[in-house]
Amino acid sequence: MCPLPASTATAGRLPGRRVRRQGVGGPLLAGGLSVAWLTLIVLIPLAAVLVRSLDGGVGAFWDAVTSAQAVAAIRLTLIVSLLVAAVNAVVGTLIAWVLVRDEFPGKRIVDGLIDLPFALPTIVAGLVLLALYGPSGPVGINVAYTRAAVVLALLFVTLPFVVRAVQPVLMGLEREAEEAADSLGAKPSTIFRRIILPALRPAMLAGVGLAFGRAVGEFGSIVLISGNLPYETEVASVLVYGQIESGNTTGAAAVSALLLFISFIVLLAISFLARRGVAR
Amino acid sequence: MSRLALRAVALSYLAALLVVPVAMVFHRAFEKGIGPAWDAVTTPPAQHAFFLTITIALIAVPLNAAFGVITAWLLARHDFRGKRVLDVLIDVPFAVSPVIVGLALILVWGRDGWFESTEVIFSTPGMVLATIFISLPFVVREVLPVLEEEGNEQEQAASTLGARGWQVFWRITLPTIRWGLTYGVILSTARAIGEFGAVAVVSGKIQGRTETLTLYVEDRFQSLDLTGAYAAGVVLALLGVTVLALMTLLQRRHGRI
Repeated sequence: MCPLPASTATAGRLPGRRVRRQGVGGPLLAGGLSVAWLTLIVLIPLAAVLVRSLDGGVGAFWDAVTSAQAVAAIRLTLIVSLLVAAVNAVVGTLIAWVLVRDEFPGKRIVDGLIDLPFALPTIVAGLVLLALYGPSGPVGINVAYTRAAVVLALLFVTLPFVVRAVQPVLMGLEREAEEAADSLGAKPSTIFRRIILPALRPAMLAGVGLAFGRAVGEFGSIVLISGNLPYETEVASVLVYGQIESGNTTGAAAVSALLLFISFIVLLAISFLARRGVAR
Repeated sequence: MSRLALRAVALSYLAALLVVPVAMVFHRAFEKGIGPAWDAVTTPPAQHAFFLTITIALIAVPLNAAFGVITAWLLARHDFRGKRVLDVLIDVPFAVSPVIVGLALILVWGRDGWFESTEVIFSTPGMVLATIFISLPFVVREVLPVLEEEGNEQEQAASTLGARGWQVFWRITLPTIRWGLTYGVILSTARAIGEFGAVAVVSGKIQGRTETLTLYVEDRFQSLDLTGAYAAGVVLALLGVTVLALMTLLQRRHGRI
């Protein structure tokens, strides 16, 4: 890692001068292309959402995000996402721990399985859970069209975030401090709380932030299993979808703008935590 | 004792949430034998959905790969004002709900939109734009760390010895980032094939015309054709599992993680 800052520092100047002299490619062209593409694909469309959300003035925006149905959907989304993030913080860390510190046959297969929710299309994730925990599932548990179904779907799609954030940190953790604490008579729970947890905290927070952000915007895995009942199991993304379908794009844009604002805060928090994690 | 308990908790959680449900979909799809499942995924609308999905991925992924390599090179090798902003903006598509992506595209390209066009929304170009949006960050995020780790000594040496800009790129930079680029392309492809929400909003879900494989799964499910839904779901799951296996294999061979 040591030569990294030096090489990136010189990198800023040398190729730039070279390419400008030759007049081919070059950072200016690359920068132009990159920014133009990002603007066309991402920034203009998102700007259109923000502009449309204020189409009818601030009053109309406020009415759209405080209608009873919108408040119910946004509240459910936030509560469920917080719950899912909390479960992930505990279970994700636990799974990472087992994958790093424990040895058992088939561990590598289990390790590979963790990424399955990222590889599986979200609509299939919904279908998968419905097959087991739906009305005709073989286990006799039917969560279809309940809030539990929303939680289940979100737990499925957010599983890898905390595990994959915590795992590398746990692998790189020096064992000396734990062994010292152990030889001084500390209980395992004390060692975990005082030595391991502080080291894992930045990674856990980063993973939890990503899981929360994903949960707030999730759509595909929820749409089949939740039944989308207004005031009951309708989350914000499903509400927005319904508003688009019925032609109420201004209302949809207002709720979307609020969700984008929440995502933005989460993204900022993650980059802040990540930077603090690197600094440690 | 506590080690065993932790292991048991972790494995049961994974079994209940991942393994058993996924196995169940395979069971459901083939409950009535291979025949009905095969028939369900070879109907004309299913085939159309399959080829449309592949077509969209074949357009979106190369464009994102080009953008990804250029942007990663820019971020790794140059300092400029607004670099940090660009770095953060790259990740925006990961933080935006797919439904909002669809809405955003309708507001730009749809009726009364900023760049109103009859060719984009409820048609393939709109679905391609949605797919590009949601899979935009993958290649940058896989290539950038490789470029940063490797440094640019080799590139400098080549250019000192008289190599031109493009020669340096083809002979030095591209071979250096090839595995990062491969991971990025694989992840983008998986995401492009599996996208549902954004494509659902902009496609209009016209069977045999704008229905991708994920939309076809929902369509079959809503039409109560469960064998069709589960069979098409299995096709998508197999694509996903293949991607996963490919990634794991490559990463083990090339010593990452």
